[in-house]
Amino acid sequence: MNALELRGVVKSYAGAPPVYALAGVDLAIGHGEMVAVVGPSGSGKSTMLNMMGTLDRPTEGSVLVDGLDTTDLDDDALTAVRGRRIGFVFQRFFLLAGVTTVDNVANGLLYTGRPLAERRAAAVRTLERVGLGHRLTHRPNELSGGETQRVAVARALVHEPAVLLADEPTGNLDSQSTAAVMGLFHELHAAGTTIVVITHDLTMAERLPRRVRVLDGRIEADSAVAG
Amino acid sequence: MTAVVDPAATNRSSTSADKSRLRPSDVIRVAVGGLRARKLRAALSVLGISIGIASLVGVLGLSESSKSDLLDQLDVLGTNLLTVTPGEGFGVGDSTLPDTAVVMVRRLPTVEAVTAVAELSSGVYRNDLIPETETGALTVLAAESGLLDTLGGSMAQGRSLDAHADDYPVAVLGSVAAERLGIEDLGQPQLVYVGSRPVEVVGVMVPLPLAEDINRSVVVPRAAADAYLQDDLETTSMYLRTTEGAVLATRDILPATVDPQNPEEVEVTRPSDVLEAQAAAEGAFTSLFLGLGLVALVVGGIGIANVMVMGVIERRGEIGLRRSIGATRRHIRLQFLTESLVLGVIGGVLGVSLGAAVTAGYSAVEGWRIIVPLAAVVGGFVAAVAIGAVAGLYPAVRASRLAPN
Repeated sequence: MNALELRGVVKSYAGAPPVYALAGVDLAIGHGEMVAVVGPSGSGKSTMLNMMGTLDRPTEGSVLVDGLDTTDLDDDALTAVRGRRIGFVFQRFFLLAGVTTVDNVANGLLYTGRPLAERRAAAVRTLERVGLGHRLTHRPNELSGGETQRVAVARALVHEPAVLLADEPTGNLDSQSTAAVMGLFHELHAAGTTIVVITHDLTMAERLPRRVRVLDGRIEADSAVAG
Repeated sequence: MTAVVDPAATNRSSTSADKSRLRPSDVIRVAVGGLRARKLRAALSVLGISIGIASLVGVLGLSESSKSDLLDQLDVLGTNLLTVTPGEGFGVGDSTLPDTAVVMVRRLPTVEAVTAVAELSSGVYRNDLIPETETGALTVLAAESGLLDTLGGSMAQGRSLDAHADDYPVAVLGSVAAERLGIEDLGQPQLVYVGSRPVEVVGVMVPLPLAEDINRSVVVPRAAADAYLQDDLETTSMYLRTTEGAVLATRDILPATVDPQNPEEVEVTRPSDVLEAQAAAEGAFTSLFLGLGLVALVVGGIGIANVMVMGVIERRGEIGLRRSIGATRRHIRLQFLTESLVLGVIGGVLGVSLGAAVTAGYSAVEGWRIIVPLAAVVGGFVAAVAIGAVAGLYPAVRASRLAPN
């Protein structure tokens, strides 16, 4: 069973002629893999992230998350898939201002219905895992850029998702913080976390074990397939 | 494609166990957290709604308090006072009542007390040098000693007229008359001139709300007036108290009793009607101000809606994040609606308190009884919450329709 699988995924927008953001994509990402999805802007990699994260539905084809076909799920069930099986890391972090690090991470479990104390305990464990055990009561404006993104990574991991989806995770970071965040990804990968990084940064992609190049809504090259 | 075993059946059973859930306590936490992140805006929208509520509660409270003052006054003064005056009628109307009137009226079983008053033709002056025409719009009345009791009045200074002692030219002043004649202190003997005759002032009455005429008069004992001031006194008006519950019946038979020959020339009035009309008139103003308060409330509600709508646009990122960590559309809707409701609740509590405080403060200054009607308190609070709900509805729905990405 794959952590994430796209089967013949097409995403088109109505028009004459219709605009194809994705023109038939097949991709399987196994558990424990670390994959870079690279491509210039407009290549369709963001649409692919939306498909993989069930943030949007494909026009054709199907998306399987952790072996679960999401095609026929209603909005609430799809939301639950996101909330339980996928962890998101965004370029713009989206931490709540004025909320402590622990509570920002605990928010990753907000919609699971678990009690606050339990959510906070899990948040503390996850923060220690990403090396921020000493920043528990800090607020976002008291953290460096790299630390902020590590908090966001902790929030994405706190519910132990099947796959971590990172959308340009270092786009807003300087080179030092970028190195720190990528170092964290490699550590998490070594510990068995499945990670998909969407980026346009080829140098960064080069350092990841598997690279998928997207162009014009198609997979142009996949290092795992082409070799 | 269709040959594939329907995966949905197994999918649903495997996801229903781990649906997205939000604890009720977290609903509040999330909403309060959202508001705390935007304190100034939250404060401004609360201000808008609380001003609206405060004006509603204040208007209702003040009108009740001021009305209660009037009604209290009526309770003390009684509504059973009637005045009888010569009406304008059809005839020549000689502006006096028949000599027999007092005796006849006193025989009515429903009349508890009656006092006749005769207006003198001369004016009253501070000293004998003042020209005769400068009367200060004051009148001189001759009355029996029961006048003060019949009117339910009391003395501000000095003593009232006394049936036995007052065969001499003494006078009691109405409140307005005392002011116009410049008589403030009866510690020193004070004289006024009725016509050219000096008269000693023995007392000043408190203002009589039910007999404005008396306030503007100088009252002398009838016997003394007869003896020293004017010998052809004729009754020009009567004040009488009826038994409780017989006011209207008495009022109806009075004209014929007073002047059986020309009942249409007798006018009977009930002074308390004026106060009651005043209370009613204040009620009319109340509705006007209530309307204004309502407008303020609507404006406050629109303020909340505005803040919430702008918040939705501004918080797209947050909404997207929440959707990505498992918030359903319902959860987003609930969050925005709760934020708006919390604004309404805070606005309601503040507004009701403010309105009550204004009522209490103003009533205390005016010396009224402080009345904040329960209906205004409950109604004001409910209105605030309802406005919060209505104002939050559209933004909440809009927020929940945003795509998660």
